[in-house]
Amino acid sequence: MFKIQSEPLSLEVVVNAVCPSPLASRDPLPRGEGAVVTFTGVVRSVSRGKRVTRLDYEAYDSMAEKQLSRIGNEVAEKWPGALTAVVHRVGSLLPGELAVVIAVASPHRAEAFDACRHVIERLKQDVPIWKKEFSEDGDVWVGVGS
Amino acid sequence: MRVALFAAARARAGKSVLEVELPDGATVEALLKAVTAQVPSLASLSMRVAVNQEFAQARDVIPSGAEIALIPPVAGG
Repeated sequence: MFKIQSEPLSLEVVVNAVCPSPLASRDPLPRGEGAVVTFTGVVRSVSRGKRVTRLDYEAYDSMAEKQLSRIGNEVAEKWPGALTAVVHRVGSLLPGELAVVIAVASPHRAEAFDACRHVIERLKQDVPIWKKEFSEDGDVWVGVGS
Repeated sequence: MRVALFAAARARAGKSVLEVELPDGATVEALLKAVTAQVPSLASLSMRVAVNQEFAQARDVIPSGAEIALIPPVAGG
């Protein structure tokens, strides 16, 4: 699952995409996974000392989904057995709302943590998603400054 | 050719699509020059170019009919 969506995000949906049995189930995971690590990015209420009122996210949806899928392939190559899912939200988000959810399932914890970190760092470099930050000082394209 | 603009690039140009005249066999570098000649305020924005939804390099030739987009600094997450 590599997806850009305007609907609110659900951690459970993303986790279920890498680990088909719900975490609450007593069934063993089907591919020998022993670890699921998740990352959730949340809209902050304060940024560089200013009160944030909202973030407007937009994406080049089709390319962003391709890039996310490519990152998932990188993970599978680097950490054999690791399975990735990423869903990123677009639209107008208020502080406290979820902007991105990543889940990585793998046989052991070390690679699950490393791979999950890899996914968010790569997302920030090479996935065409942008955000405009609205605060008491006005608005700014994050990473551009105007 | 049609060039899609996103985020800060769209805001600076005041539109989401730019029509750019370029000869067949033009490179990504030539495209960026033509774009900034048409919209000077884009010159100070650091931008990558996506050709058919893949990041392209300055010397890459743009195939005819390609889907082209300007990618200002990304800020996902």
